Amino acid sequence: MATQEVILHPASVVEELKKNKISHVVWLPDSETNFLFQLLDNEPTLDLVPVCREGETMAIAAGLWVGGKRPIVLIQNTGVFEAGDSIRGLALDVNQPLVMLVGYRGWSRHGLTRDSAARFIEHILHAWGITYYLIETDDDADRISLAIEEAERTSKPVAVLVGTEFGS
Amino acid sequence: MIDNSDAVKLLDSKRDNAIFVATMNANNVHFGLPTVTSNEKLDFPVSGAMSKASDVALGLALAQPDRKIMCLDGDGSLLMNLGAMVTISNKAPKNLVHILFNNKVYAVTGGQPIPGDEQVDWEDMAKSAGYAKVFSFDNLEDMTNGIDEALAAVGPVFIHLVVKPEIENTPVQFRTPAKRTVHTAIADLPETLGIKR
Repeated sequence: MATQEVILHPASVVEELKKNKISHVVWLPDSETNFLFQLLDNEPTLDLVPVCREGETMAIAAGLWVGGKRPIVLIQNTGVFEAGDSIRGLALDVNQPLVMLVGYRGWSRHGLTRDSAARFIEHILHAWGITYYLIETDDDADRISLAIEEAERTSKPVAVLVGTEFGS
Repeated sequence: MIDNSDAVKLLDSKRDNAIFVATMNANNVHFGLPTVTSNEKLDFPVSGAMSKASDVALGLALAQPDRKIMCLDGDGSLLMNLGAMVTISNKAPKNLVHILFNNKVYAVTGGQPIPGDEQVDWEDMAKSAGYAKVFSFDNLEDMTNGIDEALAAVGPVFIHLVVKPEIENTPVQFRTPAKRTVHTAIADLPETLGIKR
């Protein structure tokens, strides 16, 4: 039986961001997104804003948004836990239409994951009432557009869980 | 030491069309920016996520590069988010002025000392983080004489103000509510800036 190659190319993500006229990517790199970083760094229409801690991302995005730009946040699920008060105070409470691309560390379709970062993340998003999409392959990438549309329609943050490492 | 109210009054008198992103004592309804502001529509009070005013200001500075953004921050607040100083200097927005109101205490929770209140050197901290220019004032006369040079410098600029602690010890739900809030600012600041969504 043929097996389908499960791969998400960073170019697919960048294309989604360009299609939606995203202006800034506010992010903290993680091991899964290095290929994406190289592509983003070479993309003239996107301004990268690297941060020292994930909680900064929602605040910087809030300033960019109020100032007329279209930012997106890119962090790992571990960073979502760290950024809790910023998500509460500067995304949910102020109705920021913010899409958070979240690296789904520990995600697996096969068996139980031992990684608590994976086991807790969806529960946390449910608790906050943040809807989310899962992307694993290039075919899923257009869910980023769905998330952006939903965030803007509902004036709420929406998460996109990136369930696989990026291919080169 | 400088009175909070004198500091915000002097800064407001120099604002032109700058946006003020203010938090903690600098935004206190009894002696902070709301009591002296000459252009409320350009005030962006940050509450609801302590320590993040400087990051909000960075976002605004990147979005509005032709307008000066002045962040009025607190020392306890900035200590919670020290990495923001490096995040700011890394992006190096020329239009950002980060002004630290250093009163050495958590004024809004009863005046407990902040960690390292007697040892932290904010000027050295800002220089090491990579701010383009760093200024420090511990009395109103020096601040009055030096503020024009500080605000004229190419950013990111860090201004350290040694201010008198003004202690508040009222639970949040019993405090005088601010007329202008983060919600008000988010609702009307884009229109004030001429931004069409």
